[in-house]
Amino acid sequence: MDISRRETLALGLGAAALAFLPFRVNAATEDAIAAFTGGAEIGEGGITLDAPEIAENGNTVPIGVNAPGAAAILVLATGNPTPGVAQFKFGELAGSQSASTRIRLAGTQEVMAIAKMADGSFVKASSTVKVTIGGCGG
Amino acid sequence: MISRRDFLQVSMAASAIVGASGFGNWARLAAQQTLTQDQLLEFDTFGNVTLIHVTDIHAQLKPIYFREPQINIGVGEARGRVPHVTGADFRKLYGIADGSMPAYALTYDAFSALGKEYGKVGGLDRVATVVNAIRAARPDALLLDGGDTWHGSYTCYHSAGADMVNVMNKLAPDAMTFHWEFTLGSERLLELVEELPFAALGQNIFDKEWDEPSEFFESYKMFERGGTKIAVIGQAFPYMPIANPGWMFPEFSFGIRDERMQEMVDEARAEGAELVVVLSHNGFDVDHKMASRVSGIDVILSGHTHDALPEPVLVNDTIIIASGSNGKFVSRVDLDVRDGRMMGFKHKLIPIFSDVIEPDAEMTQLIDEQRAPYLDQLTEVIGQTADDQLLYRRGNFNGTWDDLICDALIEERDADIAMSPGVRWGPSILPGQDITREDIWNVTSMSYGKAYRTEMTGEFIHVILEDVADNLFNTDPYYQQGGDMVRIGGMGYTIDVSKPQGERISDMVHLKSGEKIDPAKTYVVAGWASVNEGTEGPEIWDVVESYIRRQGVVSLAPNTSVVVNDI
Repeated sequence: MDISRRETLALGLGAAALAFLPFRVNAATEDAIAAFTGGAEIGEGGITLDAPEIAENGNTVPIGVNAPGAAAILVLATGNPTPGVAQFKFGELAGSQSASTRIRLAGTQEVMAIAKMADGSFVKASSTVKVTIGGCGG
Repeated sequence: MISRRDFLQVSMAASAIVGASGFGNWARLAAQQTLTQDQLLEFDTFGNVTLIHVTDIHAQLKPIYFREPQINIGVGEARGRVPHVTGADFRKLYGIADGSMPAYALTYDAFSALGKEYGKVGGLDRVATVVNAIRAARPDALLLDGGDTWHGSYTCYHSAGADMVNVMNKLAPDAMTFHWEFTLGSERLLELVEELPFAALGQNIFDKEWDEPSEFFESYKMFERGGTKIAVIGQAFPYMPIANPGWMFPEFSFGIRDERMQEMVDEARAEGAELVVVLSHNGFDVDHKMASRVSGIDVILSGHTHDALPEPVLVNDTIIIASGSNGKFVSRVDLDVRDGRMMGFKHKLIPIFSDVIEPDAEMTQLIDEQRAPYLDQLTEVIGQTADDQLLYRRGNFNGTWDDLICDALIEERDADIAMSPGVRWGPSILPGQDITREDIWNVTSMSYGKAYRTEMTGEFIHVILEDVADNLFNTDPYYQQGGDMVRIGGMGYTIDVSKPQGERISDMVHLKSGEKIDPAKTYVVAGWASVNEGTEGPEIWDVVESYIRRQGVVSLAPNTSVVVNDI
């Protein structure tokens, strides 16, 4: 059988799609959290993470974080081979403690944001972002 | 003091007592098979605001048959909850007699026999009669179109949506939201949208590059009707670039964006809206979840998943209305809005029985004008269904139309396995009926209908099935895309819907050889509706036409190759 352009594309999709099953939180993520918090307890609330439920394109997923009063926010893609995405630091004169960026996700996984508050406490928010082959919508 | 919520519930109970959901009346009358147009339209005008909802028409200008699903599984919290109730359970829930006209309209059983007795449904000239009658009672009623209007037929494809725009403009909706319209491609879509004499809405339609609301669509529009300020907020289909080819509308991004929905509700209320209506293409389960997370919405007019519900579903203080598909139903919702609050409602799901409702003559003429240039092509008879062969699509797994399409792909394209998309549109064909070219296009027409032929490993086929199954059976509706399961020909499998992704699909078997699918082996797969750019092959409608022509009379063996566990 001749391989047409379409077939090459489809085979390429096949290779990519094998990586589309859910990823687990890996050891590198745990290390990154420990390095940021020093092992301190992490609370909930006071931080929001905006992320799509299903990524339109896993290679460029728009996310936003907002944690009023934070000194720094760490963003992790917990299922990526290298989970560290960004760490945003806010000076005392910062008008707001929010940031947005686009990240690449290797597959369906939890995206996590941890804020270090001015008093040294930590809070987190997380969201599952699904990366899918798509098609077949009704 | 009586709270708003209490009031709604009291009102709902009172409605039920007087049969004011509108449904009880026609269910009983129809059981005696004496239904007339007056009875179908009978409605004691209530309150001060009327909403008319049509959705998911899929370019069906003329009357058709449309069989509702036999299998429509709900997962998670939606398990066993409407709209995931079918057949006898559905009839019992709403008090519908077996064999009655409502049973024919809303459930699947004995469809062939009932279809011959009660006739076709829909037709936008009949819909026009219903809309005109409601407007006669309430001249300033709001007509709202939930989208999937400019897609799904031979004439819509060849006129690039112009036929539907012409006909809908005469029906004169006040606002519309979108899904398949985007598959016309951005350029054509915007050309049509810019000329619309009514509001094009979608609070979740974003400019992809700037990640901000698109300049071409309004988030909401304020109307003043019956002395009441009404905000209608649009919600387009959230997963368009995933479920459909994103390369056709690369400038746009979507998503559910329920936090922004809350902002829009709050903004509209601050501007003085006394009633907030969401015109949605989310799909029913997504709307149900959104109603529980966003406060201040009075009415969600739900589209996308093609469900038809004879009564509203109440979530907190929000009522959700589901109005079916393919022009088969029109919903009328009358509301009593006072002191900035919805105090009560009356609702009726009006089935468009084509033989009962008189067509509007002007609309018939306009529709026929759209069809005239293509009439010879449309009406050519390609084959017939056998005397015991019903063709239908709707349902979570293979319908007979899909079995026929998969057979055509395997035979015409010399493949081991066929895949056909789990779309929910596509009318039915009764036994012993002619199959015209128009009928074939009604179940295949789209702007990316190339029938590809490719090689896939057994492992990759498994990944595809798992991926699509999770789009349907993820327990969180925000992760569902609203289609049905991908249809498979030439291969059987077992699915356990309650398992997580990666564990649902097992026992994949190549039917022809009877051998298990080998993860490492390569199979020739034919399919259509790929979302990838550059897909090559003949158009699917040509493949199906060629196959039906060779068959002459279509007769399919019952498909028992998909085993569904844990329903």
